[in-house]
Amino acid sequence: MQHTITALVENKPGVLARVSSLFARRGYNIESLAVSITDDPTVSRMTIVVSGDEQTLEQISKQLNKLIDVIKVVDYTGTPVVDRELALIKVTAEPERRTEIMQIVDIFRAKIIDVSEKTFTVEVTGSSEKIDALERLLKPFGIVEMVRTGRIVMARGARNGQGSG
Amino acid sequence: MKMKGAEALIESLKREGVEVIFGYPGGALLPIYDALFDCEDIRHILVRHEQGAAHAAEGYAKATGRVGVCLATSGPGATNLVTGLTDAYMDSVPVVAITGQVATPYIGKDAFQEADIFGITMHITKHNYLVKNPEDLPRVVAEAFYIARTGRPGPVLIDIPRDVSAATIDYEPVTQVQLRSYKPTVEEHPRQIAKAAELIQQSERPILYIGGGVISGNASAEVLELAEKANLPVVYTLMGKSAVPDDHPLCLGMLGMHGSAYANYAVAYCDTLIAIGARFDDRVTGKVDAFAPHAKIIHIDIDPAEIGKVKIPLVPVVGDCKRIVPEITKLVSYKPRSEWFDQINRWRQEFPLDYPHNEELRAEYVIERISALTNGEAIVTTDVGQHQMWAAQFFKCKFPRQFITSGGLGTMGFGLPAAIGAQIGCPDREVWCISGDGSIQMCSQELMTAVQCRLPIRIAIINNEFLGMVRQWQELFWNRRYSHVELAAAPDFVKLAEAYGAVGLRVEQREDVDTAIKRAREVTDVPVVIDFRVAREINVFPMIPSGGTIEQMKVHQMISAELPKAIAGQPSNGETNAVQATSTSKEKS
Repeated sequence: MQHTITALVENKPGVLARVSSLFARRGYNIESLAVSITDDPTVSRMTIVVSGDEQTLEQISKQLNKLIDVIKVVDYTGTPVVDRELALIKVTAEPERRTEIMQIVDIFRAKIIDVSEKTFTVEVTGSSEKIDALERLLKPFGIVEMVRTGRIVMARGARNGQGSG
Repeated sequence: MKMKGAEALIESLKREGVEVIFGYPGGALLPIYDALFDCEDIRHILVRHEQGAAHAAEGYAKATGRVGVCLATSGPGATNLVTGLTDAYMDSVPVVAITGQVATPYIGKDAFQEADIFGITMHITKHNYLVKNPEDLPRVVAEAFYIARTGRPGPVLIDIPRDVSAATIDYEPVTQVQLRSYKPTVEEHPRQIAKAAELIQQSERPILYIGGGVISGNASAEVLELAEKANLPVVYTLMGKSAVPDDHPLCLGMLGMHGSAYANYAVAYCDTLIAIGARFDDRVTGKVDAFAPHAKIIHIDIDPAEIGKVKIPLVPVVGDCKRIVPEITKLVSYKPRSEWFDQINRWRQEFPLDYPHNEELRAEYVIERISALTNGEAIVTTDVGQHQMWAAQFFKCKFPRQFITSGGLGTMGFGLPAAIGAQIGCPDREVWCISGDGSIQMCSQELMTAVQCRLPIRIAIINNEFLGMVRQWQELFWNRRYSHVELAAAPDFVKLAEAYGAVGLRVEQREDVDTAIKRAREVTDVPVVIDFRVAREINVFPMIPSGGTIEQMKVHQMISAELPKAIAGQPSNGETNAVQATSTSKEKS
């Protein structure tokens, strides 16, 4: 089962290596990872998607907490969240099929952000499933290149994953 | 106050109460060694290999309870610390390692003697630092010591580039450490404590299972008080040895792979297992599902990550055992449990921790005599292998911090440098290193350090001309195919000792053991090496094979009793007894 956890960490050199090597050493798999600074420039937020059972997840969260540079770990399993990924997809766009592609892009509320004689580059944000679906629909046209960010999440409502809530 | 980074480092170490550093100089350390040259408050012990420095710092820390400090130069100096730091990490030993690093402009350029020790030690230390700004040095040192000694102790490494220690800074002493992300003191949970006490009170067949955390948490007295007040039999892990006196009536000795048969039977049949500062290591549990199968488990540990890592306890209690155990003690009362103790005593009589007493010079006998002639009061360090297990079985300890061994990592070469650290930390105590003919050769260069420091360490080499433990496994599980374990090609250990300026003795007959031990104890200004030429192919028993169950326990042939067929008392919750009669094999001793 997939779980999304976030770790607030000190924004210091080596922290990403500490976290990723902990996953490697203990044999946990990272499905996706997103790291960015928060509103406090001394703190970074890592969003990590991992797969495993409850017990594995508990160990991951405890082992992360043991790292001196980790300030707080939040497990979003079972919490209502908004989650987003962003993907850029460069798709082959022959003149006779361009309208078809643009309709699909439109349905997904994605955007075409670059055009060449032979390709469109599409930007899409949304849940992992939405991006998977768009990828599936664009595949028959010929995907030249695709890049996805890691998943980021935020709890719905007033709950604050960075504070004490 | 203006001073060099290296001087600020020394000042900061003094503020932490450091009295001794185990180190080895090198190019990247020149500014630091220059500052040490004038320092009268800190003694520097020149080891002969950096691995020795790390183990000596461990031995010092384990014997005294203070933080051990080692110092090595960049590149090979730093990488030579890696084994010792891993050892300290596995056994939760508070050590601060300081390494020199190439100057900051050269970092990442593959400079001479450059190694990324910060990256290398990231997951074998509790925390580590690469100091790039000289002004950070005092804060980093204060944090490193704080992290090393608090919570679950462990090693911390500080990597200091040469230009950082040579820079001039405005030194401000650090009086307080503030780490928002590290809060090692956990408030203990009164409800969990009450639940634990209730479970102990209800138990008919309890076992207290104690580990190294009891010693590093300085909670031996508190644990003994709980055991005595509630009347609980105690078993200990290798790391927990010496937490309770071996001759205490409640003490059943070590459990696990080479533990006493009665300790392991008691765990197999107990209805309540109270784990304190222990981590259910595979050398203790064997097959996890078959370990303490009837027991409700209470797990007390300062490290939340240990709880539920191997066995899920019914009652987890996170916190400092020195504070938690007395709270539990308050809530429990004496219960005779005579059936349980009768059963344990029967096991004690039927399956004694003993060995065949014949004419041979046996390792067990040597260790028994060292234990007896030192009145069980010596600090004992060991290396790793058969001699280590015999020492754990037959040296009878009296005080905490008396038994210093490499448990988690199992590092051959640990014993001699650890003995040096222990003797430096405890100059008035008698220190013995029990080693093997394989292990001693892994750090024998430290004999020179011990001679130079005039340390009267007594080194007993249990010499069976084999890598005995591997040979034992090859004998029992690999059809006696003794692949590369014969060590008959060895130095003359007496001459080796003499070459270093130590005293060398050799014992080949059983009747000469006492004389040699007594002679060694008369030497007070240099180390003594005793080469005990013991019987070559004897095995450590009892033995539960790796990942095995108590039914597979092997014991000495001399044990005549039938192994238990039925459980004493009732299995908990009416479940059927999984530990039935048994195919325990009796082995040639």
